[in-house]
Amino acid sequence: MTTYPDMKNYDVIVVGGGHAGCEAAAAAARIGAETLLVTHRVETIGEMSCNPAIGGLGKGHLVREIDALDGLMARVIDRAGIQFRVLNRSKGPAVRGPRAQADRALYREAMRDVLAAQLNLDIRAAAVKDMVFNDDGAVKGVILDGGETVGARAVVLTTGTFLRGLIHIGETRIPAGRVNEAPSIGLSATLGRIGFSLGRLKTGTPPRLDGRTIDWKSLVLQEGDNPPEPFSYLTDRIVTPQIKCGVTWTNQAVHDLITDNLHRSPMYSGQIDGTGPRYCPSIEDKVVRFADRQSHQIFLEPEGLDDHTVYPNGISTSLPEDVQAEMLTLIPGLEHARMVRPGYAIEYDYVDPRELCPTLQAHKAPGLYLAGQINGTTGYEEAAALGLMAGLNAALAASGSKPFVLDRADGYIGVMIDDLVTQGTREPYRMFTSRAEYRLKLRADNADLRLTPLGIRLGCVSSVRARQFEHKCAALDLARETTYTLKAKPHELARFGIHTSQDGQARSAAQLLGYPDVDMARLAEIWPELAEMPAEITIIVETENRYAGYLRRQDADIAAFRKDEALSLPGDLDYSSIGGLSTEARNKLAGARPATLGAASRIAGVTPAALVALLRHVRRDGARMVN
Amino acid sequence: MKYDSIFAVATAPGRAGIAVVRVSGPDAGTALRRIRGEELPPPRKAVRSRLRDPATGEAIDGALCLWFPAPASVTGEDVAEFHIHGGHAISAALAVALGRIDGIRAAEPGEFTRRAFEHDKLDLTEAEAVADLVDAETAAQRRQALRQLDGELGRLYDAWRDELTRALAHVEAHFDFPDEDLPGELMAAAKARISGVLGAMSAHLDDGRRGERIRDGVRIAIVGPPNVGKSSLLNALAGRDAAIVAETAGTTRDVIEVHLDLGGFAAVVADTAGLREAEDAVEREGIRRALANADDADIVIVMFDATAAEPATGIERRLLGDNALVVLNKIDLQSMTTPLEIAGLHALEISVKTGEGLDRLLDAMRDCITDRFAVGEAPVLTRARHRAALEECTAALRGAESAALPELMAEDLRLAVRALGRITGRVGVEDILDLVFSEFCIGK
Repeated sequence: MTTYPDMKNYDVIVVGGGHAGCEAAAAAARIGAETLLVTHRVETIGEMSCNPAIGGLGKGHLVREIDALDGLMARVIDRAGIQFRVLNRSKGPAVRGPRAQADRALYREAMRDVLAAQLNLDIRAAAVKDMVFNDDGAVKGVILDGGETVGARAVVLTTGTFLRGLIHIGETRIPAGRVNEAPSIGLSATLGRIGFSLGRLKTGTPPRLDGRTIDWKSLVLQEGDNPPEPFSYLTDRIVTPQIKCGVTWTNQAVHDLITDNLHRSPMYSGQIDGTGPRYCPSIEDKVVRFADRQSHQIFLEPEGLDDHTVYPNGISTSLPEDVQAEMLTLIPGLEHARMVRPGYAIEYDYVDPRELCPTLQAHKAPGLYLAGQINGTTGYEEAAALGLMAGLNAALAASGSKPFVLDRADGYIGVMIDDLVTQGTREPYRMFTSRAEYRLKLRADNADLRLTPLGIRLGCVSSVRARQFEHKCAALDLARETTYTLKAKPHELARFGIHTSQDGQARSAAQLLGYPDVDMARLAEIWPELAEMPAEITIIVETENRYAGYLRRQDADIAAFRKDEALSLPGDLDYSSIGGLSTEARNKLAGARPATLGAASRIAGVTPAALVALLRHVRRDGARMVN
Repeated sequence: MKYDSIFAVATAPGRAGIAVVRVSGPDAGTALRRIRGEELPPPRKAVRSRLRDPATGEAIDGALCLWFPAPASVTGEDVAEFHIHGGHAISAALAVALGRIDGIRAAEPGEFTRRAFEHDKLDLTEAEAVADLVDAETAAQRRQALRQLDGELGRLYDAWRDELTRALAHVEAHFDFPDEDLPGELMAAAKARISGVLGAMSAHLDDGRRGERIRDGVRIAIVGPPNVGKSSLLNALAGRDAAIVAETAGTTRDVIEVHLDLGGFAAVVADTAGLREAEDAVEREGIRRALANADDADIVIVMFDATAAEPATGIERRLLGDNALVVLNKIDLQSMTTPLEIAGLHALEISVKTGEGLDRLLDAMRDCITDRFAVGEAPVLTRARHRAALEECTAALRGAESAALPELMAEDLRLAVRALGRITGRVGVEDILDLVFSEFCIGK
């Protein structure tokens, strides 16, 4: 490797201390890479710049998967969470998602603690203004604001909304990455120089309120689950005090005010050209697009135990400050609420994620990895998951090891990365359970069963977690065996109110769990020993049997899917030299550089004929992941 | 992973002496045994056999059969080959017989090549040529599917797809946005949609018209002013009196169809009501149907009367597209001094009565068919795939109806949409999300 005069060398440098950066740095350090985390300000590490909450549907799944690979987010929210709820508890396990609201200060503190405890990790407060590349375009390090160069074998960029970030509050425009934090202009130029295709996105945030000025007594209050269910497989129970949230509604007066002031909203005046997410509309958007709705729901979420700031979830806006203030006076319970700071919309650059390999390394710049919102995603959980994978792969590349890639059947992480690198995205990408075609298998309750063994093999899982995981597996095996061996005949079952056809055939507990109205608690009336089973084991055994036929079918689908995933396409394939491809297919393929024949087949416009033409360029890749 | 068995006509369809139908996969041997009604012949040795549909015992053809056990075959799997006489009706009958055997289905485009590749049998230098062929096949299939899907059937399938997509969007919204203020009856509405589509689809599959459809083929319409000899031409082509032929103008009020084998292609020739300004409501309806029939036809024979004062009047210009054959009948009564040209199309002169010029007309029809349909597969295969997709769809919908948990219902519904998507085009998660976000106000 080329050395530079004043260069101090690391294996991996992570730029950015947000949710992607923290996971990336910790993950790289966990598998032994000498890692440096560079961030503008150490105080804002682990900052929740928007909604002070973690998890939800799809997102909660991601957090459990991060935890299964020994990532940070689940452990941190378990320390900082002040209201935990499992969403969709009334529905089945595959569509349940854990969610928690966070005390923002506790979250930052917990994040700083786990990073401080991490071996092989240095943290440094500095701005990165540029990167260093060698002659063949591979990244060799970063240049700090003061001009100092720090060398690295791999660099992970997690710059969030800081790339040419521009905040809009009404007619006011402020260049910024977050409120009161300067944007990164230099890096944006560097990325442009590399030749990345950049796009522009926008997102928004609501005004913040002083909780002491809210009339809580007039509002409906919502409590969390009791007892709260932790995110991390390592957390026994939540000890942080729990709070309640309020619920209120907008009304016609609010809608009229917004309509009258639409021309002052940057989205409608044409001042913003970035694309916002369909699923996170501003209150302006809601009022315009759903004009027939009389009211829209607002959750009032306290941002912390010792913090009076309240996040009014549901009224993200970029209207001028005076309109925002007036709007609050019209909302029940908020009539006298003091606005701590106005809501805003922020526009920022992102790199078309099709510029990336499934390892999150850039095709155009070996050694450079991108993670978080810079890849076009939204949400802390999406960012953290990308950070984790980018950090692991940067460290693996730095040590010359094989990359670590999860596929769509391994987890939501695999679904997200595959979506991003093969399809790209035109709006901030958010995870939904509907994106996962193997949803029944990819559950929040079994993320560790799916991923922890991979993490152990990779070396990114602590011995504590590995040991605990082994115990859980042993308990699960025992539980499965028990449910296969315990059997009862129809007349015996009938005594307990379980009715089967009177064919004299004994049925196992496992079979009975496949019946719609039978659960472990019911079976424990027949076989009391089943009541001894730990809850985390019970849910898995119940679900495996309840979903049994469906899971078998899904496994067959997965086998077919993986056959195509095992056929890898060279990253440097020259699509213009392949005959038999239509111009459309050629352009789409060249844009996304699919890693496998399977990925190629998921790109719109790639026909069966195009796939046949690609077959001759395929390499059989037996080595999926880290075996 | 276990493969199922696939079959396809390996030779280009159309007028050829021999067509080769190939079966590949673990059940290829079963197929060969059952269709021949004998034990397997020795490997790689052509044997003459009489082929029968094992389900009905009906004779299909006398053919040469070959047996290539794995791995010494074109795909590396067990392969059976049937060298049958060219002609659409025969390959169609064989396709139907094969499709009835368990574990065997019509191949998807590129599937033979893919299997050859997987068993290291693909001659890679040929891959590009194969890709071109698959592309052409796919294009022809798409045209064919479009033709079939263009009319009522297409609207029906599209409506089902929309219903199911909407049902899925509602179910998914119900899962992914539990904290949103969604209408309460989403699941119930989705269930109602599922039942509705399931009922309609089952009725569609059970309509017993399967045999009739197998006879379908290239659609040919005969149109023209009244009394120019359209029905007589149909009869001449069919060799029997299928349509009423009378001297009075306006006799054929409905559309009469005759099924023919033209150059190896199944053809449906339709005789239509004469086109003129009709006063009688029944006749006007006949004329409307005639025009509709001509619009749907692959080939339109536009017929005129040589004895008429102004033969080329009274015809709609839109019928004279590039799929039109212009024919001037009754030249036995009135010989033409200058050849008739209509809209740049040179008229074929015939006399249905004496048979003069009929051979030339048949040749022209065959050429026209070959030009337009030389590449592609028999409609029966497209339809077999459609049917299989619909059956898979209804099975999944039944699963959705009886599923014990909402997420299992969603899973079945997703499979149903996927199966139907094989006919109507894939429904992706973005389509679902688009519907969700356009219908419901979601987001905080």
